[in-house]
Amino acid sequence: MLSDLASIFLNLDFYVAVVRMTTPLLLAAVGSVLAERSGVVTFSMEAMMLMGAVGGIIGSGVFGNVWMGVLLAIVFGMLVGFAYSLMAVSVGAHQIVTSVGLNLGAVGLSAVLYALVFTRGSEVIQTVIKVPKLPLVKIPLLGDIPILGPVLFNHLPVVYVGYVLVPVVWFILYRTSWGLKIRAVGEHPHAADTVGISVSKVRYATIIFAGAFSGLAGSFLSIGLLGSYMENMTAGRGFIAYTAIVFGKWQPVGVFLGTLLFGAADALQLRIQALNLGIPYQFLVMLPYVVTMIALISVVGRASWPASYGSPFKREEG
Amino acid sequence: MTELLRLEKIRKTFPGVLANDDVDLSIEQGEIHALLGENGAGKTTLMNCVYGLYRPDSGKIFWKGKEVSVHQARDAIALGIGMVHQHFMLVPPLTVAENVVLGLPLPREPLLDLSAVEKEVQQTGERYGLLVNPKAQIWQLPVGVQQRVEILKALYRKAELLILDEPTAVLTPGEVEELFKVLRSLANQGISIIFITHKLEEVMALCDRVTVLRNGRKVATVNTSDTNTRELAKMMVGREVFLDIKKPDLMPGEVVLRVKNLSALDNRELPAVKSVSFYIRRNEILGIAGVDGNGQTELAEVLFGMRKATNGTVEVLGYDVTNCSPLEIINRGVAYIPPDRQHTGLLLDFTITENLIGKSYYKLPLSKNGIFQSRPIAEFAASSIKKFDIRTPGPDLKVKLLSGGNQQKVVLAREMSGNPALVIAAQPTRGLDVGATEYVRNQMVEARNTGAAILLISTELEEILTLSDRIAVMYEGEIVGIVPAKGADIHEISEMMAGVLRVGDLTAMDI
Repeated sequence: MLSDLASIFLNLDFYVAVVRMTTPLLLAAVGSVLAERSGVVTFSMEAMMLMGAVGGIIGSGVFGNVWMGVLLAIVFGMLVGFAYSLMAVSVGAHQIVTSVGLNLGAVGLSAVLYALVFTRGSEVIQTVIKVPKLPLVKIPLLGDIPILGPVLFNHLPVVYVGYVLVPVVWFILYRTSWGLKIRAVGEHPHAADTVGISVSKVRYATIIFAGAFSGLAGSFLSIGLLGSYMENMTAGRGFIAYTAIVFGKWQPVGVFLGTLLFGAADALQLRIQALNLGIPYQFLVMLPYVVTMIALISVVGRASWPASYGSPFKREEG
Repeated sequence: MTELLRLEKIRKTFPGVLANDDVDLSIEQGEIHALLGENGAGKTTLMNCVYGLYRPDSGKIFWKGKEVSVHQARDAIALGIGMVHQHFMLVPPLTVAENVVLGLPLPREPLLDLSAVEKEVQQTGERYGLLVNPKAQIWQLPVGVQQRVEILKALYRKAELLILDEPTAVLTPGEVEELFKVLRSLANQGISIIFITHKLEEVMALCDRVTVLRNGRKVATVNTSDTNTRELAKMMVGREVFLDIKKPDLMPGEVVLRVKNLSALDNRELPAVKSVSFYIRRNEILGIAGVDGNGQTELAEVLFGMRKATNGTVEVLGYDVTNCSPLEIINRGVAYIPPDRQHTGLLLDFTITENLIGKSYYKLPLSKNGIFQSRPIAEFAASSIKKFDIRTPGPDLKVKLLSGGNQQKVVLAREMSGNPALVIAAQPTRGLDVGATEYVRNQMVEARNTGAAILLISTELEEILTLSDRIAVMYEGEIVGIVPAKGADIHEISEMMAGVLRVGDLTAMDI
């Protein structure tokens, strides 16, 4: 048995799967770091991803073009982001409660949209509908490097977006005036307000940015990996992505490492399942979630979230 | 002199409150103009209208002779108005330079290249005597330096008018002198300053003219050279005020509180109280002076059982109460007036009656077999309201609807009932106006005269000097000196507060 496990780590396929499993978590989590740093709890990533997944399948199926699927996924994610901004920023509603509502609502809404588009709502029995899915793109030169090439540079295009997103978010956050505004709004919204920064504009923009990348992450699940759709197919990945943000202490690189850890756990359980060791698969499916909990317990300690985290901004009158 | 800013008939109401009632104000170029008034007189509201944080209901604002409308802070900044708020508007994890340029276009927008900004901050600082390291993060800086950053922030935005909201509240006496020097130099270079305060001495020491507000109305504008503190106090309060409290000389009695080598941690688990030793006797007020945040609050909490002592002992009337629960300590005759009446001192959403019985509600006659007795409770509340002169339409009003002074009277009424042997009073007059301050101070002295021992913690040095029999100075968690209040040297105490002098306990006795 141990030698079987060892064989997993000796096989390149495992590392390819790690990259693949990490990508949707990374896009959602790192894409949400800016919104989080502006003081908003982006617990609604699950809804953004799920709507992205269904948006991807609809765009790809209706237009017969997978890129229209990617576009629609991003748009759907941004729409959820806009809806969340309305509630969390403009209305000032409780962010966790609003997120839970959106997450539950998205489960229903995505299923309805899927049924409306593909079965016109009439057929009771659902058949698995196949739509065009994203192609593998091997990066010239880099893809030919032994070991690293196949593991890192022979993937779906969305994976490469993930590679770029980490340094981009880091750069925005620490090397641009936008990042300065985002951090100021997250740490002391009143101070930002008194120097003429619009707290709500910053929060709207970053939440919609998070929506775009979470939507893209969702499309990776539907038209990236499978080319088909299942109800509630994100299966809590939005929550795991949120956990990665906490694990990474709101730092882009740390958050990336968090998604890598959870992605690796996911890839590992899939490989172990394939080995047929007689372990009930339900236990293996639990693995990423157990890793998540252990990881969270181990990083509990120094408070490092933005000072205004989760609280809506209101000017004090009187 | 040319007029820079003129306000005409500014009126601002909040639900149920008329905060500014047709206020006029005129500020000339290069003058330091005090805006004097009690808490709730409408000083800050008026300035928030000028700065665009509030919109006045009616009235006009003229800037350099032209009428302007200021809808948000950005408009005010564009005109050349800068405001230093009482609670600093600085982002703690960002650097000085980042805070200074926040919200302004950067030299290489959108890139965050601060080298030019850092240089300019340095230069502006040198020009006005406001030296700060532009690369330091705000949270690392002492409060006095943070204030400099706020002023720099305004100057960097080319402010011609600087509004300072109670700027000395957080400073040591030495830092206040430093600030005044800076402000005078700014005024000499043509910058106008509005100095919001309720401290009369500061008005006299610093300002050219003073406008007094009372209950939202302007009382008068006078030259400081034509007036004196007594007259100003009268304008501010509307009656004669006697802040010189008469305190008879009393022979201190037995030791009530004895603290030995007491240590404790703060909320971040860092040492906050470091091996502190002192005692207080009956008929005696021990004042603890010190700049806010030097362990005074933690000390009070340890004494009252709300914070764990990591070392040392606390004895009340000979009983060891170290790390006892607050209830056990209350039962030894200890009363506690916490520094923040809004959070620790009162349940704001409860009525006056409910707050008044907060310490004795479970005892006879207020409660019998666990059931409230409404008539004794009503009588208890009525007599407390009368005795402590709590101004309220009735005993069932929610405490949050009372003014700060009346809220503090509710705390006093609850704590002083039952003649405590020891009163721990932490910042008892913080945020109170002159009238209420006078009342609270008299209560402290009254309790002392009738046999209580009082530990008075205050960041107002003047209050410590007025009330105390002995003065202890705390600096970074240690007591760096205890001196008799009679003949105390204010400069010596200031130096101890700043941590440059240490005299030890000059009043120690062997008992």
